[in-house]
Amino acid sequence: MINSLFLISHSGDIFLEKHWKSVISRSVCDYFLEAKEKAGDPENVAPVLQTPHHYLISIYRGKLFFLSVTQTEVPPLFVIEFLHRVADTFQDYFGDCSEVLIKENTVTVYELLEEMLDNGFPLATESNVLKEMIRPPTILRSVVNTLTGGSNVGGTLPTGQLSNVPWRRAGVKYTNNEAYFDVIEEIDAILDKSGTTVFAEIQGVIEACVKLTGMPDLTLSFMNPRLLDDVSFHPCVRFKRWESEHVLSFIPPDGNFRLMSYHVSSQNLVAIPVYVKQNISFLETGSCGRLDITIGPKQTMGKTVESLMVTIPMPKSVLSVNLTATQGTYTFDLTTKVVLWDVGKLNPQKLPNLRGSISIQTGAPKPEENPSINIDMKLQQLAISGLKVSRLDMYGEKYKPFKGVKYVTKAGKFQVRT
Amino acid sequence: MTTMQRLLQLPVNAVNIVKTVQSQVQGQEEDKSPVLSPDSGQQTWYSALQPDELRHLRSGGTGGGGGGGGGGGGGGDQEERGSQEDGGGGGSFQSQPLRHDDLKEMLDSNKDSLKLEAMKRIVAMIARGKNASDLFPAVVKNVACKNIEVKKLVYVYLVRYAEEQQDLALLSISTFQRGLKDPNQLIRASALRVLSSIRVTIIVPIMMLAIKEAASDMSPYVRKTAAHAIPKLYSLDPEQKDQLIEVIEKLLADKTTLVAGSVVMAFEEVCPERIDLIHKNYRKLCNLLIDVEEWGQVVIINMLTRYARTQFLNPNINESLLEEGGGGEKTFYGSDEDEDEDEEEKEKKAEAAAMAKRKPYVMDPDHRLLLRNTKPLLQSRNAAVVMAVAQLYFHLAPKAEVGVIAKALVRLLRSHSEVQYVVLQNVATMTIKRRGMFEPYLKSFYIRSTDPTQIKILKLEVLTNLANETNISTILREFQTYIKSMDKDFVAATIQAIGRCATNIGEVRDTCLNGLVQLLSNRDELVVAESVVVIKKLLQMQPEKHSDIIKHMAKLTDNIQVPMARASILWLIGEYCEHVPKIAPDVLRKMAKSFTNEEDIVKLQILNLAAKLYLTNSKQTKLLTQYVLNLAKYDQNYDIRDRARFIRQLIVPTEKSGALSKYAKKLFLALKPAPVLESPFKDRDHFQLGSLSHLLNAKAGGYQELPDWPESAPDPSVRNVEVPEWTKCSSREKRKEKKVEKPFYSDSEGESGPTESADSESDSASGSESGSGSEGSGSASESEESGEVSVSEEEEGEEEEKKTKKRELKKAVQESESEQSSEEEDRKHERKMKQRKSDSESESDEEEESESESSQSESDDSESEAEVRKKKKAAESKPPSKPVKKETKKEKKEMSLLDLDDFEPAPSPQVTPVNNLLSNSLVTDLEGLSLSEAVLSPATIAPSSALKSYELLHRITGEGLSVEYCFSRQPFSPDANMVAVQMQFTNSSTSDTKNLHMEDVKLQSGMRVKDFPEIESLPAGETATAVMGIDFCDSTQAANFQLCTHTRKFFVSIQPPVGELMRPVFLTENEFKKEQGQLMGMNEITEKLTLDAKCRNEHTIVQRVTTAANLSRVPCGSDRECRFAGRTVTSGSLVLVTVATREEGAAQLTINCEKMVIGTMLVKDILLALTQ
Repeated sequence: MINSLFLISHSGDIFLEKHWKSVISRSVCDYFLEAKEKAGDPENVAPVLQTPHHYLISIYRGKLFFLSVTQTEVPPLFVIEFLHRVADTFQDYFGDCSEVLIKENTVTVYELLEEMLDNGFPLATESNVLKEMIRPPTILRSVVNTLTGGSNVGGTLPTGQLSNVPWRRAGVKYTNNEAYFDVIEEIDAILDKSGTTVFAEIQGVIEACVKLTGMPDLTLSFMNPRLLDDVSFHPCVRFKRWESEHVLSFIPPDGNFRLMSYHVSSQNLVAIPVYVKQNISFLETGSCGRLDITIGPKQTMGKTVESLMVTIPMPKSVLSVNLTATQGTYTFDLTTKVVLWDVGKLNPQKLPNLRGSISIQTGAPKPEENPSINIDMKLQQLAISGLKVSRLDMYGEKYKPFKGVKYVTKAGKFQVRT
Repeated sequence: MTTMQRLLQLPVNAVNIVKTVQSQVQGQEEDKSPVLSPDSGQQTWYSALQPDELRHLRSGGTGGGGGGGGGGGGGGDQEERGSQEDGGGGGSFQSQPLRHDDLKEMLDSNKDSLKLEAMKRIVAMIARGKNASDLFPAVVKNVACKNIEVKKLVYVYLVRYAEEQQDLALLSISTFQRGLKDPNQLIRASALRVLSSIRVTIIVPIMMLAIKEAASDMSPYVRKTAAHAIPKLYSLDPEQKDQLIEVIEKLLADKTTLVAGSVVMAFEEVCPERIDLIHKNYRKLCNLLIDVEEWGQVVIINMLTRYARTQFLNPNINESLLEEGGGGEKTFYGSDEDEDEDEEEKEKKAEAAAMAKRKPYVMDPDHRLLLRNTKPLLQSRNAAVVMAVAQLYFHLAPKAEVGVIAKALVRLLRSHSEVQYVVLQNVATMTIKRRGMFEPYLKSFYIRSTDPTQIKILKLEVLTNLANETNISTILREFQTYIKSMDKDFVAATIQAIGRCATNIGEVRDTCLNGLVQLLSNRDELVVAESVVVIKKLLQMQPEKHSDIIKHMAKLTDNIQVPMARASILWLIGEYCEHVPKIAPDVLRKMAKSFTNEEDIVKLQILNLAAKLYLTNSKQTKLLTQYVLNLAKYDQNYDIRDRARFIRQLIVPTEKSGALSKYAKKLFLALKPAPVLESPFKDRDHFQLGSLSHLLNAKAGGYQELPDWPESAPDPSVRNVEVPEWTKCSSREKRKEKKVEKPFYSDSEGESGPTESADSESDSASGSESGSGSEGSGSASESEESGEVSVSEEEEGEEEEKKTKKRELKKAVQESESEQSSEEEDRKHERKMKQRKSDSESESDEEEESESESSQSESDDSESEAEVRKKKKAAESKPPSKPVKKETKKEKKEMSLLDLDDFEPAPSPQVTPVNNLLSNSLVTDLEGLSLSEAVLSPATIAPSSALKSYELLHRITGEGLSVEYCFSRQPFSPDANMVAVQMQFTNSSTSDTKNLHMEDVKLQSGMRVKDFPEIESLPAGETATAVMGIDFCDSTQAANFQLCTHTRKFFVSIQPPVGELMRPVFLTENEFKKEQGQLMGMNEITEKLTLDAKCRNEHTIVQRVTTAANLSRVPCGSDRECRFAGRTVTSGSLVLVTVATREEGAAQLTINCEKMVIGTMLVKDILLALTQ
């Protein structure tokens, strides 16, 4: 399946290679680097490339390319999904998936890769299982290890590998037993010039942080599960129970994990929390333009809109902007030509406004299209779809855990066309 | 101490300097550090290094400084890289051997921490792609190191370099071989893993041996590793394929989810063409699927897709016929209505639709099983799994059901952009075939300005495919915003998309055309050019109407510089010059002027235009044409020169010009067919969706073609797991031969021998086979019958000698059953018996009655006549074997003297099991030899009355109808997972009972029932038997149903004793012990007991146990132990029973069974049987 993996930095430096079958020369990456040069933007590099003898399947994560080489037919999503899982694991182990951190932890990375694949076929990808085999580096442990000659490698077979709950390690113990669930909803929307909704939907995830002793069996039920149109689960969720009773019944992994993600049926009208009044225009004559944006609350369900952020990617011909914001600060990145306006809290009494002039390179034609406006925001203690967790029950263990549920609504891909 | 870690990345020279620097600065701390402690003469190598280091550093420039500063923190990181590159390049000559020396020394030390440090550096080198191969001898020594991390890193090193240093790698083999025997499963597994990863050809036999051994390891984890090792060995030495296939076959039968995914992976890499290996495991794989780890799921689903394509019929066969008839478009829309209905309704609908057709299609239950079991996986968090299920549904599901995958695929569009890319490619292919299913999700494919270009273009493709009369206005409005995008590639793609919409949907063609014409005044040249190209294609469809557009475009030639667009305009004008008679010559005039500066494709079109104008309007354009042709004559490009020469010859009439010039007009102004704007994704679905080949639209190496549906379904019974192998003709023959070779008496003698118990199982199977023809008259399949016939014919053609032997055997059976006391009597009786049989079978017992009623009786009669003849002959011609026979008979008699009246129906139940056991074995032997069922019907030999019968309906409550049932202990042939229940109906009323059948079956979930065939009429005073099958799902839950006659309905229920939920299997002593070894712990139940006074000999114990449970005896060396084995009927879990006897009736009963509930219940039952 996967023959080799190369980690390539943003600038094209191959800084790690790992082979699971015979060694493939790193010159194979040249095809990829060529394609990368051609594409310009790293996002635009085709994930699957064909070379005379190999197929290159790559992902772009954290300014890094994970490039896998395969020689035979393999479902491309299989490899892509696996590479993302590798990146997730790095993130889980080192806190972030970046070049510096990977270089710092080369040996751990190598040990991890060794466990994750055998002969190119995934072996152990569950974070709980991996952590039992290879302990994540901590400053304290590395001190201890250096002094005692101890190691990061576990000596026993992780129980998870063999049990029918491979995602949970055995013998979990906590003094404070707690289970937290974050219901996070994101609004994906496209609004047109006049402010009408072209397309809007709600995607939600439930992120869990469960620190419970033993083998707890949890049941999470919703007040209004009918809202959920399409769902996908962590493997721990018993699908049959969901089908019959619409409750989530599961033995949780230890620690942080994504319990489910869902999609709210598109029949429901999506509440759009803010409106945007905008006027961006480029003058026909003279190389300049005007910009005027006001944001106001629309359907906020009585909550305040926080962390409001407006991103406007300007046409390439824009030289500079000269704007004034009534609230928050704005920046203009000269290389990417992006205006970033950090508004902060939305005050309904005094609507934030950004206005001013844009100057364009002399001689350049008037930009064809007005830039679209991307909005980022957050509403605390609210799931915009109205989804509510009704209760969490625990079976199988005696103690009383602390349970907490938090709701957040965010803007996902929220775009206003101008 | 994080610096320590950072040091790992530093080149060793730098590290050493840091260390020395540190040691100077913080001398005391150094003492504590095991790495840097100055004992065992390490200080010397530090100092020894220093001068060399410095020399190198001096030449290396910045590197030294960086290394020195590295101790300060992360700042040194970048410089350090610089120094390393130096090392890898020119400076390597000096530095490489150096650092390796110090590493070697560290590896040789006896401190684990030093070794670990060294190994970490070496691994870091490997990770960066630096060569560390010269360290091989030093590293390989540490393969047996106690420290587990060192060991692991050594493994990493070995796997990387063993291929290059094969001889040295051999040094490590013995360590792994030792590891393979380790009691710790983790060590066994990792030893096998490394051993198989070392690509050294010499050790192939060792690997093979290790894999074989590991494949039958107790630990599923080791078995999984063995599965992983198979493709490794195969890639190393493809000649081992046959042996590996054997291992794969064995592992495929494994029941643990851990192994399933890995072994299917191995199967796919080694022998994907051996689809026959899957048959027996198909249902198991389907059922396990949901619990297999996600990566395994992907592989299994892909493989099963291929499997299903070879084994089942096309569920859309009727629709595809329709489609060919031309109604294809419309059927797409039908499917989305059905989407919200639940599956059952859909099924019904689909079925109903299919029934309506001439050739009714009924989905194979196994096909349905696959679809049902994969569906929940659409909810997986793993995109690859979702995609795998989606492609399975796309390729295998009936049209009405494919819709379910749309939602899941749309969900994946929220994922990473790479996932989106792949999913969109597949969606694009799907939307061409099944547009309806994605239409409700149209808006999910709307494009955001922030999407990467490649995603945008794919989304556009999907939107275009989804466009139809109803949604086109929305889509076009959406396209309009896209045209204004800053991303020019995307704009060009949008224009093409508009063109495609316009060609596909006639209603909007004019709107699109107008829109595109407006684009001609766009400022961006690329946009204009792309529009021109698309307009050209559109105009070609109906040029008459649009001469004004052509005129408009003619004007554009002044401005547009993009060659392709210019060429397109010129072609248009030339082609439709009759519609623009005034403008065309003028355009040519302008073009003639700029001819020399044009691009090649434009020049060619100018020539074309000139030629066409010359032919239609020679008066105005003659000179211009000649001028252009002259220019072209001296062009640099030979294509253009050629074209000019060719055109001149064709169009300008001269004396020399050939016959062709007459046809010049026809040649140039022929009606050209309008271009078809097709999706690039058309017909991509001949590649399996989700595959790499599909994505690249080219066959990738190792791609397995998705086979076409078969014309007619192959035999579905190959997937029946419970039916033993030998029902297949070939194996049956094999078996026959084997049996024939054996001296016949050895079989009849050793009643408790090993072969016997095997036979008792197969006998029951054979019983069902022959019985089903008669008992379940309606349900028996034709193929079965025909099979039997052919075999009996075969038998007829056999040699004389064999026949006589067979006859002897038959006799033995009959005798053993009838238990005659003397030879003469025996003979007489035998004859009598034969006579009886050939006269009418109805005399023997109830079961046979039904048989004689069945339609088969005619053919049976003739056959049995033949048998009689044969037997008579045998009786005369075979004296020598008789004494032996007699002896055995006598022995038997002694054992079971109590109650052996030959064919009296009700012998005491305690003894009959033995009787059964014995006779069964013989029957099977005979079954192997001759399959003429009339004589050897198992019913004759295993009288049903021997089995305990239960009352289902009492005479009084049943108003004259009484029903009894017993568990006939014969496999239920229509479905091997069912327990056969034989029912005996007695009508003791005064009137006939009609239409006896069952209705309204109420079952626990998972249970299934196969009804007995309706008994049309049961005259007063008569009895009838029928067999039904119940799948109790390995539970003792009752099956409730209504027994209906033409007048009444009775509620009845059948509850099985636990002993009837299993069927006997044959195991050898060794196999038994092995299986028992794997079913320890929770799966083992042990009870002490005191045997009943009457039950102290082995014989009675066997009797009682086999009466209590349908098990077969396992041969056993010790006479103090009796062993029995069976498998549960539904899940096939092993049930192993051991009764160990001690002095004075003390005994110990041990039951090993995966199903603990069954085990506990069985313990109770057997205890009861043995102590009473």
